[in-house]
Amino acid sequence: MGAGEGGLTAAETTPVVRRRERRGGEGGGRFTTALLLLPGSVWFLLLLVAPLVILAIYSLGLRAPAGGYQPALTLAQYAKLPTRAVAFRNTAIIALASTLLCIVVAFPLAYFLATRTARWKTLLLVLVIVPFWTSFLIRTYAWLVILGSNGIPALVREAGLASDLVLLNTPFAVMLGIVYNYLPLTVFPIYVSLERLDKRLLEASRDLGAPPWRTLWQVTVPLAAPGIITGALLVFILLSGEYVIPAMLGGNKVFLLGNALVDLFIQARDWPLGSAVAVSMILGMLVTIGIYMRVTSRWMRGTGRGGVSLV
Amino acid sequence: MSSRRNPLAGTGAGELQAHGQLTRRRFLQMAGLTLGATAGGGLLAACAPEKERQETGGGTTGGGDLGDRLVLVTWPNYHNPANFEAFEKATGVKVDVKVFGSNEEMLAKLQVGSTGWDVFVPTNYAVPTYVELGLIEPLDLSRIPNYDPSQYEQRFLEASKVPGDDTTYGIPKNWGTTGYCIWSDVIDTNPTTWKEFWDSTMGPWSGKVTIHDYMLTTIGNALKYYGYSFNSIDPDELAKAEELLIAAKPHLFGITSDYQPPMRAKDAWAAMAWTGDAAQMNRDEPLIQYVLGREGGEIWEDNWAIVAESTRKDAAYAFLNFMIDPAVAAKETEFHGYPQVDKRATALVPEEIRNNPILYPPEELLAPLEFGAAETLTNPDRSELWARVKAA
Repeated sequence: MGAGEGGLTAAETTPVVRRRERRGGEGGGRFTTALLLLPGSVWFLLLLVAPLVILAIYSLGLRAPAGGYQPALTLAQYAKLPTRAVAFRNTAIIALASTLLCIVVAFPLAYFLATRTARWKTLLLVLVIVPFWTSFLIRTYAWLVILGSNGIPALVREAGLASDLVLLNTPFAVMLGIVYNYLPLTVFPIYVSLERLDKRLLEASRDLGAPPWRTLWQVTVPLAAPGIITGALLVFILLSGEYVIPAMLGGNKVFLLGNALVDLFIQARDWPLGSAVAVSMILGMLVTIGIYMRVTSRWMRGTGRGGVSLV
Repeated sequence: MSSRRNPLAGTGAGELQAHGQLTRRRFLQMAGLTLGATAGGGLLAACAPEKERQETGGGTTGGGDLGDRLVLVTWPNYHNPANFEAFEKATGVKVDVKVFGSNEEMLAKLQVGSTGWDVFVPTNYAVPTYVELGLIEPLDLSRIPNYDPSQYEQRFLEASKVPGDDTTYGIPKNWGTTGYCIWSDVIDTNPTTWKEFWDSTMGPWSGKVTIHDYMLTTIGNALKYYGYSFNSIDPDELAKAEELLIAAKPHLFGITSDYQPPMRAKDAWAAMAWTGDAAQMNRDEPLIQYVLGREGGEIWEDNWAIVAESTRKDAAYAFLNFMIDPAVAAKETEFHGYPQVDKRATALVPEEIRNNPILYPPEELLAPLEFGAAETLTNPDRSELWARVKAA
């Protein structure tokens, strides 16, 4: 069974790896290890940790009279956070709804892909990726044409249905753009989980008298859980910083945190408040993801599987 | 100027735009080679002697000392590539163009520093901020012999200066206005004011109007609804503008500075617009017309300026001097349509451009227009107001 095996191999291999590391260390391998870790560490320190520290410092400062940053040590920026409450709320709602929508759309697709024969699998997978070889902006611009009044609304008009259908610059258009752009992020992790799915489990479920929906809900979905959880996490994290789609397909009428940040850093050049919003967003994400991991790991345990795996 | 020229302004897509621009420029350069061989070539011949005189007159510098590269930071579609070709041929200096969407973006980058930029084109209201922050070079006019302020239109010359400071930081380049475009077939009421714009947005044009995603112009034009100054920072007046904007927001098709696509597709019937976009759309769709609010609104001018931290100042001065040559400047206008401030250049601009009422509005419409003030750009209350409107 997948669950038992997973737990066992993890427990078994870990000490082996440790032993090898120790042995390597004696022979001067420690230096090699350090050398190999150097590029990654420098990358993280320089491009991840340092900007975060700068962000935290800026968030305690003041806006210079002409815009920008003026050193200070104050929580004034954090006191102003409620002025961006709408952006936080909209982001939470849109991120949650879009993540769920992505999963709902991606699951059947991933299932379909995973159950094809090897030859078709490769072809179909490539077909899923091909559109993403084109620039994100060009694809999003294309939606402007499809959703604009000369696109789908014109067809609807000619069909004699609604005469004044507006699709562009609506929350619908934003959701559509998001699901379209983020779908591969959910399809692939779920596909990977489903591909490893043992068909005999489904047969067993059927033999024991479970109707198809029950097999799906009690066997397939739990087995695909790691993929679903990973996909949801990827979409949710990336979505909280999304600003191009609401700007282009939402006509800036759908206001998310990402848009608030762009306005603060570029239009208003209020870097300290922008930093405070960004820091709060990061903290909010950490808390949300922490809760999410706890809940999902409990769910996984409930379904008889081991801990949460991110991949 | 403002975020008007970059369709992707505020979407953070400036980089892609910049790359697209470069390829477009290369393409235009190639296409312009044939053109340049005739027009640009003649032009070059006319300028060359003066160029040499200036270079030797500049002191120790010979032609080679100008280096081989210059970084120009500017707005999209704002220069005639044939002019750069000619400059490169005359001096050996290749002009590297970086395209930006707004003064704010440009300012933000310069504030961070170490840009490697040499020449940029700030709009009038941004200049005082650059001066205050020490980011802009006080121009040594002896190195720009082609500059003759007596030939420049006074109102733009004044706008390019910092109040109470005689130093020249920028040489007026082009000017324009901010109004709105309408599809005159669906909007047949012949609107002439900002009052009509906002009232109709909340009435018969509901769902068919776009406004700039730009605090300066959007708030300014909302202030005009009440007849207040475009530059007002009076809390009560701003509160009324906010009220109007929030009331109008549900009736808008979008808040975007990339309004050409929705206008051309007729998704929008009316759009807050800058001169250049208006002229371009009107050229392709004569039914799209440009309205300058009778109450006033914005007039702007851009300036040639040198970045204080530039390491290629010799080349920068030579470039400025070359670009403000009336014949060269007229070629710029031929390319992008924006009017010149130098009367000698205007005289050389083709008549069909000079007679275009969108580019050269009648004096009675120009008179009430206001230049954006430095404070209008940097005022935190206005940006917070705009953030509230967008979040509403």
